[in-house]
Amino acid sequence: MNLSINWLNDYVDVKSVPTDKLASGLTMSGSKVERYRSLSEPLKKIVIGKVLEIKRHENSDKLWICAVDVRAPEPVRIVTGAQNVFEGAAVPVVLDGGVVLNRRDGCAVKIKKSKLRGEVSEGMLCSLDELGLDKGDFPYASADGILILNDDPDFDKIEIGMDALDFFGLNDTVMEFEITNNRPDCLSVTGLAREAAATFNLPLRLKEPSHTGFKCNIEKEIDVVIENKRLCSRYMAGLAKNVKIAPSPKWLAARLKASGVRPINNIVDITNYVMLEYGYPLHAFDRRFIEGGQIIIRSAFNGERITLLDGNTVELDGGVLVIADKMKPIAVAGVMGGEYSGVMPDTDTVIFEAACFDGVSVRKASKKIARRTESSSRFEKGLEPANVKTALLRALQLTEELGCGEVSDTFIDYVNFEETRRKTPHDYRKINAILGTDISESEQTRIFERLGFDREDNAVIPPGARSDIELTCDLAEEVARIYGYDNIKPTLPRLVKSGGRSDYERDIRKLTGVLTAQGCYECVTYSFVPPRMNEAQTEKPIKIRNPFGEETSEMRLSLIPSMLSVISNNITARNAEARLFEIGKVYGKNGEKEFLCVGLYGKDESFYTLKGVMEEIAPLPEIGDLDEKPFHPGRAAVGGAARFGEISPLELRRFGISERVYVAEIDLEALFGGCYGAAKYYKPVPKYPAVTRDLSLVCPDETASGDIIALIKKSGGFLESVEFFALFKGGNLKEGEKSLSYKLTFRKADGTLTDGEVDEIISDILSALKSENIELRG
Amino acid sequence: MKQQIDELKKRALSAVESAPDRKALEEARVAFLGKKGELTAILKQTGTLPAEERPVAGQLANSVRAEFEAAFAAKLSALESAEIEKKLQTERIDITLPGVRRKIGSRHPLNIVLDELKEIFISMGYTMVYGPEVEETRYVFDMLNTSEGHPARDEQDTFYIDDETVLRTQTSSVQIRAMLEQKPPIAVISPGRVYRRDEADATHSPIFHQCEGLVVDKGITFGDLKGTLETFFKRLYGDGIRLRFRPHHFPYTEPSAEVDLSCFKCGGSGCPLCKGEGWIEMLGCGMVHPRVLSNCGIDPEEYGGFAFGVGIERITLMRYEIDNMRLLYENDMRFLRQF
Repeated sequence: MNLSINWLNDYVDVKSVPTDKLASGLTMSGSKVERYRSLSEPLKKIVIGKVLEIKRHENSDKLWICAVDVRAPEPVRIVTGAQNVFEGAAVPVVLDGGVVLNRRDGCAVKIKKSKLRGEVSEGMLCSLDELGLDKGDFPYASADGILILNDDPDFDKIEIGMDALDFFGLNDTVMEFEITNNRPDCLSVTGLAREAAATFNLPLRLKEPSHTGFKCNIEKEIDVVIENKRLCSRYMAGLAKNVKIAPSPKWLAARLKASGVRPINNIVDITNYVMLEYGYPLHAFDRRFIEGGQIIIRSAFNGERITLLDGNTVELDGGVLVIADKMKPIAVAGVMGGEYSGVMPDTDTVIFEAACFDGVSVRKASKKIARRTESSSRFEKGLEPANVKTALLRALQLTEELGCGEVSDTFIDYVNFEETRRKTPHDYRKINAILGTDISESEQTRIFERLGFDREDNAVIPPGARSDIELTCDLAEEVARIYGYDNIKPTLPRLVKSGGRSDYERDIRKLTGVLTAQGCYECVTYSFVPPRMNEAQTEKPIKIRNPFGEETSEMRLSLIPSMLSVISNNITARNAEARLFEIGKVYGKNGEKEFLCVGLYGKDESFYTLKGVMEEIAPLPEIGDLDEKPFHPGRAAVGGAARFGEISPLELRRFGISERVYVAEIDLEALFGGCYGAAKYYKPVPKYPAVTRDLSLVCPDETASGDIIALIKKSGGFLESVEFFALFKGGNLKEGEKSLSYKLTFRKADGTLTDGEVDEIISDILSALKSENIELRG
Repeated sequence: MKQQIDELKKRALSAVESAPDRKALEEARVAFLGKKGELTAILKQTGTLPAEERPVAGQLANSVRAEFEAAFAAKLSALESAEIEKKLQTERIDITLPGVRRKIGSRHPLNIVLDELKEIFISMGYTMVYGPEVEETRYVFDMLNTSEGHPARDEQDTFYIDDETVLRTQTSSVQIRAMLEQKPPIAVISPGRVYRRDEADATHSPIFHQCEGLVVDKGITFGDLKGTLETFFKRLYGDGIRLRFRPHHFPYTEPSAEVDLSCFKCGGSGCPLCKGEGWIEMLGCGMVHPRVLSNCGIDPEEYGGFAFGVGIERITLMRYEIDNMRLLYENDMRFLRQF
């Protein structure tokens, strides 16, 4: 909502409030000002003068010297190069020290008294461009000369010497508001005037519009039939005859432009003016095109078509409310008029429509025909039918006052609602209890008075347009915002609760600590994916009904594709290596589950570095082969809550990855459900020294290290640990053989082991190994 | 004999003193105190002296030995120190070569911020609750006083799975779940993902993270809401930060407010970051609407509450001066390594 401050001043005198205070005050009382700007910026010291005399400049054949009357003691002397000036012309003159715009780039230029080829010039005569004015509004103006105002329709309003910016309606400030959904009443000058009056404790000057009109039996002029009463709570119509379609006066056009509405002609402008002023959209129909003289408010027929004011034809359905004549729809109710419904240059009789249509229905209609208008955006927030009458009366009053035509003294009014005064009990203690304040009853009462609420016994009654007021909490907000949110003291609630993390959250913390210590960086990815990324899953994915596109149309069933996308992007970005992890949800039809995904790539990474990360997270007591998508069969394992391994090159190709990538996915519920958070107890540090022996063994290639370790553990007494430390192939080993080296640590709890004892154990181990075809390497 | 001992002492001490290295020093020791050393010989001789001279000579010889040993130890230590000093000179390394690191990773900036936020609220007595992201419309809209036909339910703004299921547009749905499951006093926060149909650009993302806060108890006031959020933001950004509560509208709170923070960059005087306003819009909050309380079986006459929803992305972008929201979801290592 763009508000002209001049217009606001019609209803509440805020001239004494500086603009920045006005903006911050209204923001803090709930009408948020996004920005404001002065319309005249940067123009300065421009008056309307009358050219008294023109002489040729002696040293130039293009320049003229003008004596211009600006109601100063002496006429000012101005040298001009313009060829269209004449004696008696009324022209905008920028005086010494004034500012206009540069004709070429629109930048501000300061004009100073100076000499032009030896002749003093005390200012400059201005063109349209120099004043930043729109050619469309001054069709009579010469394209490259000075703006001569003698042909202006408002020429009779010019007083020589007057501020030109006043004449052009530019001495105004426009304030842009962000109005919340619950306050459609503030989408109007009068609504904001009420807010300003309450905020700054100033009187609101609002009165019911009135007009004289001609004697008219309106029922005879037009017949209104409401078929769908549910969606039309009120329908009013008035008439103007002998209308003279013409441009609006400058002040009115300027206010519309300041509000962001393009002036069209006097009648259309009046409907828009009233909409901006009272927040109720009006429509003006040319009576010639209402066939059969009957206005019918009905639901559209399925498939019915209408050509809109903008020239496009749209198809309607039964959910759309239309204004129709006997033959055809002439407007989509509350959204936009039809092709022939508008006012034309030769329109003679106008029907003004002021109505209240159901908000939800207008919103649906607006979506159906894909047109969102000033009108529909107001209706869809829900307007109060009680105020429709004021809007219609204002339109008739303006038509009469501006001499646009003769208006009917009566009007049609179909009422399908009950006018009730919504009373809300006012208990000042309850309000204080909600706010944590101590605002006296009388102070609260004064606040409601400032807001224009009536009082009845112990209840308040909001102004008709305030449909948002219903409960005590609504009243509390009214009191708070006028009292000032800033003035409410901050306190802390007296809670008797102990905060903290759940076990699950503590486990997550520990887990992320381990992962970052392993050099992994956390990533965050989108939870929707393209369908191809869910293909590997057996479960059916959740599909989004209205996605932006296929790329984001399904909820993911695994974190692995997201991880592969991240890795692919990193490879593309020439990041040579990365360790990444994500803790995120997957979304099945039976609910959401949280997983950990780890992804590694780079020259130092392998299945074993990934396995190392897994082992740091939790021991992997049992481990088995994993042969399923998207893993590399033979290089992937399942162990504990984890599935991990190298990703199959076939899968990687889909992500444009050509290097080896290692990924793990861990079900967190399973991980934490295991020994993850188990209690820890101290074990005494060993008293007696350990004896270590290194064994290098030779065995067939297919023998698993895990089996060898198991065998060593089974056959060795006093064995504390077995650690693998080297794998060797080639050299003097035979084809199909490999050598594995282990460090064995022996320890007795109650004494020192002798070399002899250890030798015996080693020989036991070796003979056990030998029976499995595993020999000591010579 | 005394004269002989004195003379020997002089020579011995001088030999120790003048020894240029450990080898010479050792030679001096052998010469005087070795098995065949001169002082050893004298000590042996004292046994042959008459009984009355023996103690005097013995005492003298022993004191000379002690003196010699002390001098020897001092000289040895001095020579060793000198040797070490000399070695240190040759052991200089290039300290500007990089350290050998066991590289650690880091958490995502969104979660670093979220963790801090959790920490603050935990210390104020809150616990965390979680809810599904694929959520029923009754929890996202109906029970939050956002009835059928409300623009927030529009397919334009909300991702629908079917008529009754959406991707939640706000974490407020967890408010409802919390109130249905817990009895007052309730003090919870609920962080999580939310979804809006906004195309991704520098300031929008169809997925982002929110943290909801909810307190329900007897006698909870708007002042409590102000105090809680002030405490939170001062802990997060330091005591210099100022908060501005502006009236606003949400269907599920009344009174409602939007909270602006004084600009981190300019402190309130106006700069490009705050678009010259001096304030940065931070979050929405308000007193839980009585209808929402009743919907959850809590008597609004007896209990009141406040709720707020803060965007984690917003805080993160401000905190680290990240100028493009998309960076958060691209997960480029060059970005992630900075946190």
